[in-house]
Amino acid sequence: MDQMERIIIHTEGLTKCYGEKTAVSELNLDIRKGEIFGLLGPNGAGKTTTILMLLGLTEPTSGTASINGRDCTRDPIGIKTMVGYLPDQMGFYADMTGRENLRFTGRLNGLKGTLLEERIDSLLERVRMTEAADKKTGTYSRGMKQRLGIADVLMKDPQVVIMDEPTLGIDPEGMRELTDLIRRLSVEDGRTILISSHQLYQVQQICDRVGLFVEGKLIACGKIEELAEQVQQEGNYVLETAAVPDDGGFKALLNDLGNVRQVERQGDVYVVRSRNDVRRELLRRSLDQGYTLSHLRLRGGDLDEIYRRYFEKSDEKAGKSNEKSGKSGAAGGRLAALRGRKNDKQERASGDL
Amino acid sequence: MRPLGEERTINRNGLLVIYRKEMADHIHSRRFFIVLCLILITSFASIYGSVSTLIEDSLSGLQADYLFLQLFTLSSGTIPSFMSFIALLGPFVGITLGFDAINSEMTEGTMNHLVSQPVYRDSVINGKFLAAATMIFVMVFSMGLIIGAVGLLVIGIPPSAEEVGRIFVFLLFTGVYICFWLALSILFSVLCRHTATSAMLGIACWIFFALFMSMVVSVLVSVISPAESILTWGQLLDAYNLELGLNRLSPYYLYSEAVSTIMSPTVRTTNAILPQQLSGAITGYLSLGQSLLLVWPHLVALLAVTAVIFAVSYIVFMRREIRSR
Repeated sequence: MDQMERIIIHTEGLTKCYGEKTAVSELNLDIRKGEIFGLLGPNGAGKTTTILMLLGLTEPTSGTASINGRDCTRDPIGIKTMVGYLPDQMGFYADMTGRENLRFTGRLNGLKGTLLEERIDSLLERVRMTEAADKKTGTYSRGMKQRLGIADVLMKDPQVVIMDEPTLGIDPEGMRELTDLIRRLSVEDGRTILISSHQLYQVQQICDRVGLFVEGKLIACGKIEELAEQVQQEGNYVLETAAVPDDGGFKALLNDLGNVRQVERQGDVYVVRSRNDVRRELLRRSLDQGYTLSHLRLRGGDLDEIYRRYFEKSDEKAGKSNEKSGKSGAAGGRLAALRGRKNDKQERASGDL
Repeated sequence: MRPLGEERTINRNGLLVIYRKEMADHIHSRRFFIVLCLILITSFASIYGSVSTLIEDSLSGLQADYLFLQLFTLSSGTIPSFMSFIALLGPFVGITLGFDAINSEMTEGTMNHLVSQPVYRDSVINGKFLAAATMIFVMVFSMGLIIGAVGLLVIGIPPSAEEVGRIFVFLLFTGVYICFWLALSILFSVLCRHTATSAMLGIACWIFFALFMSMVVSVLVSVISPAESILTWGQLLDAYNLELGLNRLSPYYLYSEAVSTIMSPTVRTTNAILPQQLSGAITGYLSLGQSLLLVWPHLVALLAVTAVIFAVSYIVFMRREIRSR
């Protein structure tokens, strides 16, 4: 237990400015040994910059970061021997085979001879790439590249693995294999894993703890359940409901419930935002007025909602808007925007030669 | 899988690993093969030209010394000599080997991967430069050997020790000259995001120095000291020296001047001299040592420019933040 609680990644007041723009501001982060930590946020929130600073690839403007007691800025070589980095678009030499790529990485890490070859074989086995190992990586699919990338990161037997958007552009089957692989890295090998992502669903499935990143600031950090509780304690309950018959009277009923802030129609269901749990009251009243509830679910357990709530909160702090409906619209819009942006980026990348 | 424990040694040979990989890449690349073919074809064309001129000369009774050197320097009416071919095509070799050294790895995303391995970052650029430079020297010297061998077979006169020395210095100069272009193209590959841009810049420089520099210089000189204002011999000499000095800013000119001095022992000076200065001089050949003395500044200048350009690309590369794509 003591071992589990040991802090391996530690940052203190980590700040990075590009000219006028602050990419990361005053980041204080502690990640324990052996856990899977998810760094969440839209593009441009400073996730990649944070990762680059942790790897010693870019110098922080102020503050310090250390991994396993080593300073990330002063001892980048020491950091790089124990930290494996899987960038969002893992680059392999397209005219070399998968095995040759791994061999090159191994040599860069000071491995040679039979030790190197054994290690390549066992890693290829582990990521189930043995059959494709002697094909050129130019012919690989994205999922295969990502799996080879994991093998590549493991060549150096890292204590910490940092993955930047590992699940991007992978099909569902590949995704399942990948998340399984990542889980096993943590559970079987006891490696610490830091995942940066904007894909909430996947992160929710694999991460022990998450940190939410908005505009260079870490606005929330903790276990997903804790965050959900925190959101609800602050009087943010979101209820999905639908009823038969589906007429205007039901909406009026919903609006009439105590402590309801907002009622919104989303497709087939109404979304009710309230300050406390109104399920009991809703049930009683709809029964009284002759409505049969066909759907009732309390949202908030999933990351999407937590994320959304925190966006609203950070907007509130910034005092950008007073109107509640406007705010939730803005947050939703931002979520949609960040998804759209990511797609744009991929399209651009494929179109850009 | 066994965890790596003490068996792993901290890698201090990152440079060597990258160097070996770059060498292998060059040797296996189609690009290098094409360059090699091009150089081979042009050298055989030039040697054909020089040999046919040599035969014509001997038939018409002209006897020259340093026959072996003339294999490299003699041109027939239509085909330029090996020396001028190399002066023109050498830059192409350098640019081809270096124009995408850094930026292609950036766009492929492999640079990102490379710098997150436990090697010093300068190993990457040093390894790339050293590997390409090695390829250049190997190529230049083997080309010299091939030409020498073919020439020996055709004319049947073995070279003297001094000729061998001169050819060695010539090849050395050629290697340094091509390395200059390599350094320049690596600089462009660090500065430009796209490989096409860096290739274009390299080619633009090549064409400018090889074709347009002399025109630009003569225009400049005619602006600075117009013909009407030249009244004395002193002024004429000044104008000529100015033109020479400006021309020497071009590595193409510098190299051509240096190798023609090395390869023809009759060249006694690279600057303009007055007939008075020549009075009393005995007509004859310069020894290799004396020729070397004449071109020593040229070699130093070429090396210095190469070093400065490489240093700039080194600094820019070391300070650059490497992100994925």
